[in-house]
Amino acid sequence: MDEVEQKVLSFVKKEYLDEDDDTELDENSPLITSGIVDSFSMVSLKTFLERQYQIKIPDERASAEAFDTVAKIAAVVREIRGN
Amino acid sequence: MAYSEARRAAYQADLAGIREAGLFKEERIIHTAQSADVEVEFPAGESARPVINMCANNYLGLSSHPEVVKAAHAGLDARGYGLSSVRFICGTQDIHRELEHRISAFLETEDTILFGSCLDANAGVFEAVLTEQDIMIADRLVHASIVDGMRLSKAQQETYKHMDLEHLEEKLQESQDKRIRLIVTDGVFSMDGDIAELDKICDLADKYDALVFVDDSHATGFMGKRGKGTHEHCGVLGRIDILTTTLGKALGGASGGCVSGRREIVELCRQKARPYLFSNTVPPVITAAANRVIQILSETTERRDKLEENTLYWRRRLKEIGLDIREGSHPIVPVMLYNAKLAQEVARDMFAEGIFVVGFFFPVVAKGQARIRTQISAGHERHHLDKGLAAFEKVGKKHGILGMGKKEIVEKFGL
Ligand SMILES: Cc1ncc(COP(=O)(O)O)c(C=O)c1O
Repeated sequence: MDEVEQKVLSFVKKEYLDEDDDTELDENSPLITSGIVDSFSMVSLKTFLERQYQIKIPDERASAEAFDTVAKIAAVVREIRGN
Repeated sequence: MAYSEARRAAYQADLAGIREAGLFKEERIIHTAQSADVEVEFPAGESARPVINMCANNYLGLSSHPEVVKAAHAGLDARGYGLSSVRFICGTQDIHRELEHRISAFLETEDTILFGSCLDANAGVFEAVLTEQDIMIADRLVHASIVDGMRLSKAQQETYKHMDLEHLEEKLQESQDKRIRLIVTDGVFSMDGDIAELDKICDLADKYDALVFVDDSHATGFMGKRGKGTHEHCGVLGRIDILTTTLGKALGGASGGCVSGRREIVELCRQKARPYLFSNTVPPVITAAANRVIQILSETTERRDKLEENTLYWRRRLKEIGLDIREGSHPIVPVMLYNAKLAQEVARDMFAEGIFVVGFFFPVVAKGQARIRTQISAGHERHHLDKGLAAFEKVGKKHGILGMGKKEIVEKFGL
């Protein structure tokens, strides 16, 4: 895992799991299809990425499919940053 | 033909998918007026049978109350059936203004504007009063109509974990660069009966210079000692900037909703909220009856007191029987079953025992949180509750869940 994946994964854990939740998450765990993140709370993830990486993610890029795993999210971030 | 056979087949496949996922909703047909005792046809085609209704939002038992029905008749006679107009053209009668004034006085707010429903109020208010310089920070379990309303606004959307005020505080800290921070919550959450800690939320709003929005649909009329709602219950009358609520639950249960709160915000809704500007006025018959409802509630707390007593009894006895209920004090009392199939089976068995309740499971509630949501009413008499309790005891015994907590139920039935 590179740095983007690590940052996003630790944000997801803190933001979406309760303290007593022992769900194991890695960069390939489904987030939305598993019900951990829903289409509403997903806005918090988008806000975090935009603030953290100083980017603007167009709504059509922030789809439930594109945001379903940390690896996919990191790919969107990298692409928008242009590296 | 544009609606071709292929198009029809595609829609039919969508519907089949919903059925296969176990998410197809069948309506139960009631052959009586709404009340504690109803006659229900289910499944469709069966003859209707008498059951006790424990799943209506008829918290105060006013849906078919003779006084309310009488006021509706009088309103119909005096102001007619329809107005065929939106409010701002020729759809505002004296009784509409009267109702807005009565609601403001009852809720102890500055002003009120009626909408066709609370869904409409929630759909309109965020877009009308916020801009792209603002941020809305919402509890993750707010009602679907709030989610939709937020999406229609240009303001930034943020969420915090359900009832987690530390998390909310973080989000408030992070958004200090915004013009307006609006905290968004339900007063009472409809699936759990959880009551938002509005006192602490208002304190945070003061500390971080934020406004507070509360949807009090499941509280107006009975929460708080005088039944004003969650803001009275939490001791924050006068501190809620935007309060939306419905006439479709405790307040007679017909339809209609409103935005109540700061004068300027209400006026902005009158000028700008699209569901207000572009949809018909609330019909005179409902407006007149709602005036009577608010009048009754302002005169006596008898009904909310009875509801409170019924709720205490129901909660205490369910626990004594050995069912796992979600703790709290609200007349929404979820009987937790965790497993979706078990919830459906228990609901079906309860119906066979003459008790009308409904099972809820994912995606309506989180995965592994399936339940029967029972709802208590001031229209219930002790014999209704006792019959409901006897049925729960019998059905609980049949499934072997009495005395079990989450761990045991999940071990026995899976998630
Ligand atoms: C919290 C909440 N807000 C809004 C609504 C919608 O109210 P109405 O039926 O007036 O559109 C409901 C009802 O389902 C609700 O539970």
